[in-house]
This record gives sequence, structure tokens and C-alpha cells, in this order.
Amino acid sequence: MHSICSQATAVPRSNFAFDSHAPALPISKPINLRFCGLRKEAFGFSGLTHSCSSRVRFTSRGHSKRISASAENNGTPPKSFDYDLIIIGAGVGGHGAALHAVEKGLKTAIIEGDVVGGTCVNRGCVPSKALLAVSGKMRELQSEHHMKALGLQVSAAGYDRQGVADHANNLASKIRSNLTNSMKALGVDILTGFGTVVGPQKVKYGKVGFPDNIVTAKDIIIATGSVPFVPKGIEVDGKTVITSDHALKLESVPDWIAIVGSGYIGLEFSDVYTALGSEVTFIEALDQLMPGFDPEIGKLAQRVLINPRKIDYHTGVFATKITPAKDGKPVTIELIDAKTKEPKDTLEVDAALIATGRAPFTNGLGLENINVETQRGFVPVDERMQVIDANGNLVPHLYCIGDANGKMMLAHAASAQGISVVEQVTGRDHVLNHLSIPAACFTHPEISMVGLTEPQAREKAEKEGFEVSVAKTSFKANTKALAENEGEGLAKLIYRPDNGEILGVHIFGLHAADLIHEASNAIALGTRIQDIKFAVHAHPTLSEVLDELFKSAKVKATTSSHVPVSEPVAV
Amino acid sequence: MAHILQTSFLPSTSTLRRSPISASKARSHSLRVKAKIREIFMPALSSTMTEGKIVSWMKSEGDKLSKGESVVVVESDKADMDVESFHEGFLAAIMVEEGGVAPVGSAIALLAETEDEIAEAKAKSQSSSGISSAQVVEQKPKQKEESEQAVPAVAPTVSSTKTVALGSAVHPASEGGKRIVASPYAKKLAKELKVDLGTVVGTGPLGRIVAKDVEAAAAAAASVVAAALPASPAIAAPVAYGIELGTVVPFTTMQGAVSRNMVESLSVPTFRVGYTITTNALDALYKKIKSKGVTMTALLAKATALALVQHPVVNSCCRDGNSFTYNSSINIAVAVAIDGGLITPVLQDADKVDIYTLSRKWKELVDKARAKQLQPHEYNTGTFTLSNLGMFGVDRFDAILPPGTGAIMAVGASQPAVVASKDGRIGMKNQMQVNVTADHRVIYGADLASFLQTLAKIIEDPKDLTL
Repeated sequence: MHSICSQATAVPRSNFAFDSHAPALPISKPINLRFCGLRKEAFGFSGLTHSCSSRVRFTSRGHSKRISASAENNGTPPKSFDYDLIIIGAGVGGHGAALHAVEKGLKTAIIEGDVVGGTCVNRGCVPSKALLAVSGKMRELQSEHHMKALGLQVSAAGYDRQGVADHANNLASKIRSNLTNSMKALGVDILTGFGTVVGPQKVKYGKVGFPDNIVTAKDIIIATGSVPFVPKGIEVDGKTVITSDHALKLESVPDWIAIVGSGYIGLEFSDVYTALGSEVTFIEALDQLMPGFDPEIGKLAQRVLINPRKIDYHTGVFATKITPAKDGKPVTIELIDAKTKEPKDTLEVDAALIATGRAPFTNGLGLENINVETQRGFVPVDERMQVIDANGNLVPHLYCIGDANGKMMLAHAASAQGISVVEQVTGRDHVLNHLSIPAACFTHPEISMVGLTEPQAREKAEKEGFEVSVAKTSFKANTKALAENEGEGLAKLIYRPDNGEILGVHIFGLHAADLIHEASNAIALGTRIQDIKFAVHAHPTLSEVLDELFKSAKVKATTSSHVPVSEPVAV
Repeated sequence: MAHILQTSFLPSTSTLRRSPISASKARSHSLRVKAKIREIFMPALSSTMTEGKIVSWMKSEGDKLSKGESVVVVESDKADMDVESFHEGFLAAIMVEEGGVAPVGSAIALLAETEDEIAEAKAKSQSSSGISSAQVVEQKPKQKEESEQAVPAVAPTVSSTKTVALGSAVHPASEGGKRIVASPYAKKLAKELKVDLGTVVGTGPLGRIVAKDVEAAAAAAASVVAAALPASPAIAAPVAYGIELGTVVPFTTMQGAVSRNMVESLSVPTFRVGYTITTNALDALYKKIKSKGVTMTALLAKATALALVQHPVVNSCCRDGNSFTYNSSINIAVAVAIDGGLITPVLQDADKVDIYTLSRKWKELVDKARAKQLQPHEYNTGTFTLSNLGMFGVDRFDAILPPGTGAIMAVGASQPAVVASKDGRIGMKNQMQVNVTADHRVIYGADLASFLQTLAKIIEDPKDLTL
């Protein structure tokens, strides 16, 4: 599942001056333990042996009997606990943490006020992948030139909007029930209601109109996720001015839709809408489109994903006011210059999609009860995801993972953080290396990345005094890509020529999202280029793009140090 | 990347001065000596590259370039790469247009050091054309460009008259026409087809300019060009279908679509009801208003639409096998044979639109159909289909119901017939046979019978048609 759930929850990299916390790649952060937090999960099958014992199991930390907590001892930690671990929020992050906790023998409960699966499964990466699968096929069928080159004849491809929408909805339901079943099968208690922290190691939950239940746990993980961020001045009506939540239901395919923000979410939706026949106008606050991506990849992506499609764009502008369509009037968008704040233009379109990033969903969590102040909604945490209170002290036994802490707003990052926390509370110190977490944008072709962008790497190199080199390979030279007639694409490796460390890999091309893991695993495990370049790849496969990339890097490490190494070039 | 590119730019030491004569003159001005016009060469982006294709120029002629700035995107045998400028200056002349191919090392553009020299460099690029090796590959795009340029030369006159005629269609939010509201694709197309959006009248939602408006404007301009040419090759003798006997020819896209529809139609339980209609009154009406551009097809469509108003079930269809879909508008599709196939342009809201507008609309649709420029909504939104083979002298035939609709009417020729009337007299009347094929899941025999009765009444007393 992690691999399905890559993005859509991501984004704050993009628009609206909202992104000061953005690329969660703290360059100066010490990179600890080379440990890959991601693991393949089994939906409720493997690990059953653990779960059987976990219900009656007492942890080594010695609370040998369990009494239910009483309400009057608010403020003081209870002496014994209902659970070893309570997770607030059953999204992908909470789910990952819960499964790992069971594996580690913890008695675990998860509190969910909405539906299991959170944003990713219900309103994010999962349904969007269904829509993108459709858009990819439509694109292929509509590309007469492409079909002809393969010797195929296809006549006018069409689609049924409701059928496409149903596919997305069915996929979300299926994944949601898989997720729910996997937790139930392992013996995770799913508690229904909105969770609130009422004191140290104490949480209440309940539905509106019902009495609250109070439960205690030795450790608590906040994993409440995020909601679409809508800048002020924008009126969302859910019909003509929409967020990704509405767009994923695909209730309409407008003739002309403006997409505010050109990050992952905006880009993916532009792929869907243009494949289904809409025309798209991007509105981006920064000076160029796709600001979160490596500049070179961004440039190429613009050439392939934007320029030849029915898309135009306004950059360096804020949408200050967006009014939904009504009384026969179109959606109006007022634009001002991002720098001078002068009014610049007014657009009239059929619909507007607000894809300006995501805001943490942390209201009502009761953080004031334990003296924690959110920062623009985000829960402050240290590198071990432990919550920091208003005085800068760590709050014992309280952790926050995923979009709610804003470190890296990706579903699989949340899951990895959750696993990392479980490792810590079960006695093994662990710090997740965020630079090893890949990200992907599922356009056609896809974009993927891990680690630093070239400018970030150069900045870090200057600060720390090492050399940076860049190697590139093209999909045009790859047999499999050419067989598919999809030679458009580039893979880029940013590395240290002195020791062969991989600093970042960026891929734009066919199946880039699947190809990135060789690089992300190498970063997570600390594999150096001089070693990985001897690994063998099946021929002919797309993975040879990376093979060639590693081979084209010029690393001094194993050779004698005075051999001059020139700037590597793409060959 | 700059490093590779620099090497390719090194040959630019062979800077062009001007033609020998002007150069000797220039020598007297010390200031001028500094000025240079450099050539930008097709770089070698890989060791195996022998020629490169220009993907796109990122700068236009006259743009200022700073050192290291990307000028052009070149596609080699392996990758697309940005080519950066190694010098500062102005992009004076582009010698190989986008899409053109040039051998490695040949000049693809000229870079002038100062703004004053742009014109000179341009002259240079033109005079040197024909000698340069890049020129051979350059010719193709150039020709294309010339023919494209011929279009806008005439366009303004055509479209400006159009603007006057349809001035009311200005986008309400465009502040009296000051602002142009055009969809992203319309803007792109306008740039490609070199159509001035200011002269295009929008027909999209709220008067927005959409892609088809731009295409129409470009087509209109092109047709004027064609008409202006004496002895236009377009009037070539109509060649009989060049069919090679003994070959198997795969369906075209359109024929494939027809084939699929025909097979699909077999899944619908259809039945047929015929009727003979006297057309003397209709023929008289047609004679009277023919001069106003009214066609028989439009009259028949109008009559059918008016009859459908009274029989909504005949305008319905069955989408899922479980329900009636009552269509909100009456859109009469009329089958038209075109080169290599069949298409059904649609007269939308035929019951509401007056006969003169309907006739004009019909003419426009037929022209578009012949030019294969019909938009999907212009051929797939029909709710009832007419098929008329009367012009061939066919007196009766049977039509296949197009999937997704409820009924189709086959119209035969109107022919004089000897008719016995009820009062025992014998007379001559013009009679036409119609035969309706319908989906019996939603339309029953009695429905069709009463519909045909209404239709006959309308045609036999056609005064309502011109209302």
C-alpha cells in the first residue's frame, strides 16, 4: 500500500506563501541510522501469531494489571494503562504505526472520527491514482500519432464520466476495507469518535451527542493528518470552486478549469482533466511552474506535461478572490501580482480547483491541556517525532506523525514515522532519514524524486565543503522505453564524487514512480555508487535507466585519488 | 551542461562581419569594429550525434540574451537538451525554425552584439541562405511558414466584417470587447494558426473564444485565399474513387465507427411503420421560399421536429434497457454521405429555430462535414434521425436505427401518382413514402402511427413550418 499512496497528501511546497515549512528536507539535520522504515505490509495475514498473544500480553515495563481510568485524576499520569499505544487518526500513518506496534507486541488502539484510511485512501492518493489510470489510458488512445507509430488503429476513444468516478470510488472503498480488515485481524481496537488529549497519557473520544469515553495509554501518537488548504478570499462551493476532496468525486468535467497551485496535486489533476477533454489554466504564486521539483526536471516536465497540452498559465500571481459561478455568471478569479500586489488580471472560467497545499488537521486535539502550542496548525516535534511543548521541552509519551507535524506531507512518510516511533517506544532508538523517502507525481509520464535537488545539494556542499557532481541519462537510450515508444524522459543523479554518496535522484519518464526505489533504498541503506553500479539489471527493462545512471557517475573513491575526474556528462 | 555546450560554441570565433563591402566601410568607424555578429551553431550533445532537431526556441528574434541563458532546446539522438548562449547579445535571426533539423556545427541562428545590428544580421541570414548547409533542411519549415503567413494577410478583412455582423456576441465580462476571453487551447491554436484573437468572435459559454472559433476563423481566411487564387487547384476534376481491385483496405476511423454502430444496432429490437404523405402543399411552399435559401432537408427536419413536439415518446430513447430517456431538446440528425463514409450532422432544437436559420445552419453543417471539421457535438447529439434518398429517385427504403436513439425516418422521393380520392374521383398528386424504424422497448406501434399521422397533417398543411 505504501507504494500506492505516494502523493496528493503532499504539497505544501507549492503556493501562496504558505510553504515556509516546505520541503521537509532539513539539510543540516544529522542523518542517523541508515534504516529503511518502509516495509511491505501484509493485510492481516503475516503477523497473526503476534496478535494472538498481544491481547493478554503485559509489556516488560511492568504494568501488570489494568484498571479503567477515572475522570478525577486528570492532569496526573495514570498508574496503569488501558493500552500500550493509542493512535489518534486511522490514516495511512496511523495504520502503519498500528501494524508495527502489534508486531512488536503492543496492545494497540486506534481512534478514528471519520472513515478509516484518512486522506490518502479516501480523498487523496488512492482515488487520484484511479483517475490517473484512466487519464493515462485515454491519453494513449487519443494519441493518434503514438498509436500509428506502433502500427495500431484506434478510432475515437470516449469515456463515461460516472463510470470513471465509480472506478475511483470503488478503489477507495476496497482499499479502505483492506485497511480496516488488516487492523481488525491483528487485534487492533478501532475506537470510533474524535480523539482529544485530556492529559498526560490520557485520551478521550466520542461521537457528538454521546458521552465521551476516556482511555489511557503508555504512549500516544497523534496522526490526525491534514485537510485541503484554502487561502482566504476564496469561496469554495464544492461545485464550481472545489478542492481535491470534491475533484476526486469527478462530479463534472468542466470545459475550462483553473487550477490554483502547480504542485503535485495541481499537476496530477491537470493530467486528469486534460485527458478527459478540459482545458486548464494554472495559477502559480511563484515565478515558475512546479516550484517543488528539481529545476531541470521541472523544465523538462513543463515541456512535456504543460506546453503541448491544452494548458496555459499565469505565474507570479496570487488569486486574491475567487467567486463560484452563479446566476449564469462564470467563476471569476481576481489575480494580483505576487510582488507588487497590483491587480493584474481577472479570469472567467467554468470551474476552479484549489490545490494550494494542505493544512494540518489539529483543531480540537486538546493540545492546550498539555501545554503544546501548534505552529500554524502543525504540532512541533523533534527528529524522533516526540511532541515539543510551549516551553521547548519534550512532552513524554506523546508523539506526532504525518501531515499533522508537517515534516514531509506524504502518506508513506507518515507511515515510516509511525514505525520509527514504535521502534523507540519498544526500546530501540531510531531516527528516520527523511532524505531517503521518495516522492512521486503520477502524471503521464511520471515524476519521482528522492533526497536533495541540485540547488539544495550545491548549497549543502558549499556549507560543508565537499564537491557535488551530476550525472544524467535519458530514456531515449533505453530499449524498453523505445519499445513502448515513450522515449521522453530523463534521470538525474546528484552525488559526491569523493566518496560516492548519493545525494539525490530525480526521474521524469515512463514509470518513474516505480523506478525511484532503487535509489531511495540505496540512500536508506547507505549504498555507495561504486558498489551499486555492479548490481545487475534485467535487460531490457526501464530499470536500466538507473543502471546506466549509476555507471555514468565518476566516483574517485575506489580509484587512486589523483585521477582527474571531469564533469560527468549524459551519454 | 554548460560545459558541453561551451565546446560547441567555441567555433563561433569565426564571427561573421558584414558583407565585404560594408565591412570595409565600417573599418573607418572605430566604434563599429567592436560590434560582431556571431553564429550560433548546432552543438554536438553526444559523441554519436551528427544532426540535431530544434525542439523549441526559448527566445524570439530581437530578445536580449545574457551569457549562460538557455536559447534553444535541441533534440539529439539521445535526449533533449537546453543550449545556452556563450555570449551576451541579441538573438538577431533564427535560421532553423522549430521542428527543423541541422547538422552538427552548422549555424542555426545569429547573435548580434548590439541592438542596432539585428537588422543587419537578419539581412545576413537571408543572403547567406542557400549556401549554408543548414539551408537544405531549413527549406521545409520555411515554406510552411510562408503559406501560413499568407493566411493572416487576408484574415483581418474577413473577420472584421464578421465582428460587425455579430458584434453582440462580445463576452459580457470583456469590458466591451477590451479584454479578450479565450480558452487556453484557443489561445494556443491562435498562436499556431497566426489568428488575431481580437478579430475572432467567440461562440463558447458566455461568448468566450474557444478552439473551434479560432479554427473557423483560420478556415475562413484560408478559403478566402483559395478563392482569390485564379484557377484554384481545388476545382480539380472529381476523380472517381481510386479503388484498387483485388486489395483489402482497412476501415478508416469513420468506417470503423460505422461498422461498430451497425453491429451494435442488432441488439435493439426494432420494427417499422410506413406512411404515404401527399406533398403538393409542401412542394408549393418550397418553391415559394427556395429563393430565401430554404432547403427541402430543412423543411423536412422542421416538419419532423414539430411532429415530435406532440409525440415526445418518439423523441425518447432507451439507454439501459430499463427506462425511458425523454430528451429535453429535439435535435434532428440528418444522414449525409461524404467521401468514404457517412455522417449525421445535427440540427439542434429544430422545433424552436425558424426555418431560415435552420437552412443556414444546415448549409454550414454540410460544408463543415465535407471539410471533416464537424465538432463532436455537431454530429453526435441527435435525438431523431432523418435519412433521405429521394434525390436518387428511391421511392422507399428501410433505415437501420442508430444506437442511442429511439427512431429514424427513411424518406423516399416525392413522385406524382394517380390517386383515387374518397369522393370517387381520380386525380394526380405528389406523394412521398416515409418509413420509420423505432426501438420497440420505448416506442410502440401506436406511438409511431399517431406520430406519422401528425407529421402527414403538418406536411399536407405546411403553414406552421414558416412560423
